[in-house]
Amino acid sequence: MGWLLALPFLLPIAVGLLAFAARRTPPLARAISLIGCVGLLLVAGAIFVQVLAQGPVAAQMGNWPAPFGITLVADRLSAIMLLLVALVGASVAVFALADVDRHRETLGFQGFYQLLLAGVCGSFVTGDLFNLYVWFEVMLIASFALLVLGGDREQLDGGIKYVALNLVSTLLMLMAIGMIYGLTGTLNMAALHQALAEVEQPATLQLLAVLLIAAFGIKAALFPLYFWLPASYHVPPVAVTAVFAGLLTKVGVYALIRTFTLIFPADLGFTRELLLGAALLTMLSGVLGAASQYEFRRILAFHIISQIGFLVLGLALYSPLALAGTVFYMAHNIVAKTNLLLMSGTARRMAGSFDLLKIGGLYRASPLLAAVFFIAAFSLAGFPPLSGFWAKLLLVTASLDQAAYWVAATALVTGALTLFSMSKIWSEAFWKAHPQEPPQTLASLPAIERVQRMAPAVVLVLITLLLGLFPQPLIEFSQAAAAELLNPAGYVAVVLSPSE
Amino acid sequence: MNSVILQGATRLLVALILLFSVYMLLRGHNLPGGGFIAGLIASAAFILYALAWSMREAREALRISPVRLATVGALLSLGSAVPGALQANPPFTGLWLFLGGGDGEKGVPLSTVLLFDIGIYLAVLGSVLALFFTLEED
Amino acid sequence: MESALVIVIGVMTATGVYLMLASNLLCYLFGLILLSNAANLVIFVSGRLTRVVPPLIPKGLEAPPEPVANALPQAMILTAIVIGFGLLAFTLALVVGCYRELGTIDADHMRLAEPIDPDGEH
Repeated sequence: MGWLLALPFLLPIAVGLLAFAARRTPPLARAISLIGCVGLLLVAGAIFVQVLAQGPVAAQMGNWPAPFGITLVADRLSAIMLLLVALVGASVAVFALADVDRHRETLGFQGFYQLLLAGVCGSFVTGDLFNLYVWFEVMLIASFALLVLGGDREQLDGGIKYVALNLVSTLLMLMAIGMIYGLTGTLNMAALHQALAEVEQPATLQLLAVLLIAAFGIKAALFPLYFWLPASYHVPPVAVTAVFAGLLTKVGVYALIRTFTLIFPADLGFTRELLLGAALLTMLSGVLGAASQYEFRRILAFHIISQIGFLVLGLALYSPLALAGTVFYMAHNIVAKTNLLLMSGTARRMAGSFDLLKIGGLYRASPLLAAVFFIAAFSLAGFPPLSGFWAKLLLVTASLDQAAYWVAATALVTGALTLFSMSKIWSEAFWKAHPQEPPQTLASLPAIERVQRMAPAVVLVLITLLLGLFPQPLIEFSQAAAAELLNPAGYVAVVLSPSE
Repeated sequence: MNSVILQGATRLLVALILLFSVYMLLRGHNLPGGGFIAGLIASAAFILYALAWSMREAREALRISPVRLATVGALLSLGSAVPGALQANPPFTGLWLFLGGGDGEKGVPLSTVLLFDIGIYLAVLGSVLALFFTLEED
Repeated sequence: MESALVIVIGVMTATGVYLMLASNLLCYLFGLILLSNAANLVIFVSGRLTRVVPPLIPKGLEAPPEPVANALPQAMILTAIVIGFGLLAFTLALVVGCYRELGTIDADHMRLAEPIDPDGEH
């Protein structure tokens, strides 16, 4: 068991190092990276099957028992997150073959990409708060490198803002970790679940909770801490934006979910209201920001923020249905969002720009591209019967159950405004004629590039369709995951019991 | 910098510092020391060399590109998990081999932990030097 | 002793935050260094300050004979210092890169990635 849980990060680290060593011969580095992605898919699949069969699983590194050693643990939430990382990792890796230029590859793109996957996977399997910090930093270093790799002036400009704000977040997290250790003498999350419940200093706990909300809120791009995201996400190559959009902010949300279901006792006074307010404002401000933009990628970047609001909304409502909604939304959003960004890259390749005013005619140039974009975009806006509809349905139903009508109203307004942005892209980029010359058709691209660009998109859009047409299995899984989150006794037992 | 005193002293000091770094590396399991601090000490030797002579000569003295050194070191550390894997132990369980032991003598201890530390030593040396060279060379 | 260190942490944090609010990136960097060391000190203090021996077990014993210092916070600080060192070096390199490429280290003048449209068209 131990090895299976360690492989999600050991494998990408090993693959990343090898790919980095082979960076001067890009074909070799590409092959290594792709093999690693396939391996990661297998590992994530194996963990998923195991967790589905026997509930949470845990392992102790180096055979040191918890809470002294380093604990790895996977429950349903971790398992589905790992599966999504592997899926996005593999899709974007294939897309990057066509999208990332040779110069960036010789600088070590493949190595940093795998290191990023290692950091993300490590965050999802660790059962220890300090290790979560370490994996955050691994992820952060890799993302810094990917963001400024190649060193365009724009990249440096966006990169410095990203770096500046994310470093503040990690320092806040480190301070909170230090104080939690001083309070309880442990950082094992399962042990903290027991230890913090016995701490009778509500003010101290609230302070720590707020510190962690701020730290993870910056990572997750929560209102009002999201300004780094629209400043930086549109500067690197599209493949990098796609993997950032799919995974990075979601790790922040995952950390928030863990903090407020597992680590802190159920009710701390005002934290849930704080999260709820932040979630609603995040939804609105993100979608309004998107409405004011006329650049393909920047519209999508603002939508990342608005969807983070939905994810946190489920956590803030804190009912079984709401948390199930968050898990479902996570799966839907990671797949659809990544796909939309991949589409924006292909659209630019064909029409020559990200600026919606300068492009057009993409529907005629490639009906396939248009169909993929249409499905992903309208799924994001929450159109039935696509996956986003079910995700929003769960969250809205959960808020109506709690008689929080204005929450439901905000969610619906956000959905409508999302539809507005997506229709804007549709009508400007796909429907209207190109202002200058018609865009290149997909068929005119080299065959290999066509496959590299479209195969990941088609796979992801099929998943979106499947989730939309047959949502029942995932809804049931999400409900089981939510039940685990709300009652972490099983999680705690499997970590602290001296088995094996 | 072109100072005869510094250059003369550096000749002696670099060898001593490198020797000391290996000493720190090997005593690290039971006493203060270890791969990280030893790697920093070793990189101090090369940085001193670079200050006394020049960046170019420090690079030549290292003989291998610092980035490659760091990659090899990191792979070595990761590789220290392999013997444990072959025996189906949990990841990163320390395994020990005593050379020439017997009759109450433990012999020379070799372990996967040491291999891990050597990897860290090389990784730290490589990455610190890579950083230093990049920042110093314009 | 703890209270003295806590005051030091407070002063370092306040100074660090003040410096980080400046639009000059170099000031920001110095603030970051102060803040990251303040965070390390927080962990150090939370491990409790005691005048005891290093946590090493002499030959032939299974457990240390007398109270020893808590080793875990020190291990965590070491990790945090290593990571902080790497990140600071990266940030410094980035600031240097910005200065060379963009010709400024004033964050207020960095509008390349988010241009302000002069005619307000978008």
